[in-house]
Formats: sequence, C-alpha cells, structure tokens
Amino acid sequence: MSQALFEYLLRLGDDRLVLGHRNAEWCGHGPILEEDIAISNLALDLTGEAQLFLELAGKVEGLGRDADQLAYWRDETQFRNLQLLELPKGDFAFTMVRQFLFSAWSHFLLEGLIQSKQEDLKGIAAKAQKENRYHLRHASEWVVRLGDGTEESHRRAQAALDQAWPWTGEFFLADDVDRVVAAEGLGVDPSGLRPPWEALVTDVIRRATLTVPSPPMRMVGGRKGRHTEYLGHMLAEMQVVARSHPGAKW
Amino acid sequence: MTTKSESGQWPLWEVFTQPGGGKPHQHAGSVHAPDAEIALQNARDVYSRRGEAVSLWVVPSVSITASAPADSGMLFDPGNEKPYRHPQFYKTPKGIQVF
Repeated sequence: MSQALFEYLLRLGDDRLVLGHRNAEWCGHGPILEEDIAISNLALDLTGEAQLFLELAGKVEGLGRDADQLAYWRDETQFRNLQLLELPKGDFAFTMVRQFLFSAWSHFLLEGLIQSKQEDLKGIAAKAQKENRYHLRHASEWVVRLGDGTEESHRRAQAALDQAWPWTGEFFLADDVDRVVAAEGLGVDPSGLRPPWEALVTDVIRRATLTVPSPPMRMVGGRKGRHTEYLGHMLAEMQVVARSHPGAKW
Repeated sequence: MTTKSESGQWPLWEVFTQPGGGKPHQHAGSVHAPDAEIALQNARDVYSRRGEAVSLWVVPSVSITASAPADSGMLFDPGNEKPYRHPQFYKTPKGIQVF
C-alpha cells in the first residue's frame, strides 16, 4: 500500500517539478517584463507544490529521503513525470498551450485529491488547487488571445496545439498504482478525467478559433520511468549544483 | 483585440491595490497589457504576489487626466497660507476624546 502511495506521490511531485523547471527557463527571456514575472510565478508555484508532494513521498517511503534528495539525486529512469512536461519550452505559444492542457487536467485531478483520506495529501491539494485555478485562467486567456490574435500568433498556437496534443493521451492512462490508491480513497484514477477535461479544453480551443487535433497517441511510459531524450539534459542542468556540493545549505 | 501601439509597447494601465477590506484602493504602479483582463493578471503578478492586496483595479493610463506641473504653483501654493482650513482651530466639544 505505502509503496503504491509513494509512487503516486512521486508522479504528482515530478509532474510539477519538471514543468516548473521548464517554465523557469523563461526567467529573463519572457516576451515582455510582465509576462516574464508571470511565467516565473507559475514556475515557483509548481516547484513549491513539487516540494510538498515529494516531501510527503519521502515521509511515506520511510527511508529518510527528503524532497531535495528525491529531486536532485534520482536519475532520469527514476522520474515519473508525464512526457509532455519534459519537452523543451519551445516558443511562447508552446509554453502556454502546454500549461493550459496540463492545468486543465490538473484542475480535475486536484478536485478529486481534496477529497483524499490522506490528510497531508488533502491539504497539499487544497493549496495547489488555488494556485492551479490561476494557472488555468492565465494560460486559457493566452491561448484565446494567441489563437484569435494575429495570423502569426494563430499559426504558432495551432502548431503548438498540434505538437502537444498527442502527448496528452498519457494524462488518462491508469495502472495498478492509480487503481490501488483510488480504491483506498487516497488518490484519483486518471482514466475518469477525460470527459470533463475534453469539455473544458474543447471550449477554450473553439473560443481561440483553433482546431482540436486528432492525431494518434504517442508512445507513453513517463510513469514507468521511460522518457524522451530531453529529460536527461534538463535534469543534468537542474541537478548539477546540488550534486557538485552535496548537502550544501543557503 | 488590442494591438501594440506605435512605440511597439502594449498600452499602459495604472494599477490600484486595496490593502485590506474597507480600505481605499491606492495607486501601486503601472503595467503593460494588451487588454483589461491581461492587465488585471499582470497587476496581480507584479503588485500582489506578496499578499499586498485583497482587490485590484486597473485603468487605462490614457483615461487619466493629470494636472500640469507648470500649474502646481497656481493650484497648490494658495493652500499653504490658510492654516484656518486645518481642523485644529475648532474647539472640541466636551466629552469627545478622539476624532
């Protein structure tokens, strides 16, 4: 049981750690000062949530690992994030479209998690839900403006959507870990999240005058530690300071 | 959809934050944004992320009519020599402790 919950918490933490890091790559490179601050805020929210989920994962595991050890001392194959989230940040359209697709999914996931029987998890979900509502609003508004903006912004937004869409199949794949934590009332089985997610996402895409793509689903396996070529490079950069100075404190 | 102005910048918006319930909104600064909704979001990210506000207003900067610096002598100096306009010259009725 605690092994399944540990795995489940790693997934929750790693999704946010990896996407948070990708968003943080915009810091100093935003298209305009205000948006630079906005994306950095998203990054900080996600990293903060990751810290809480990973800290709890370490507690559940019971081997004395804390959030820092889980974030900085695991290798690529031990990461459990969705593959979509590790893809390079791309242009502003890709970053916003990805954030939108993830935040919409996360919205329904967190709604379920605030009912969790695990009190710590329930508390973290309640905090994350507030932050996520803003992420969803910010990203949705940008998707609408990019899609229904200039010819170039429309083209880039559609290209971003076409690129990101095939990876969203992984949002809804459930395995034994999901089923065990869902059966215990601790977590959410993601296979039930597709209908509300599709309704929300489709509505925004239509308002943005974009087209819902219908390509085949990509290979998946992030939850099992199978990743794209991009995650290793990202982790090398993210982990190099912690690994060069083990145990260093501010 | 609003587009960028001739300067290549998005329009400027003035931001007002309310520090607590019942308190007046105060000018906090300004942000660039293509429209009101994004202006509100940018204001939130720039001026309220450390818990400074319970409410936000954004107003297009072009909607504000400002007094001219050259007029400040005419407008404000005459008030300096009329101390009787300050309330300390009024007698406080008995029984009133504070006002």
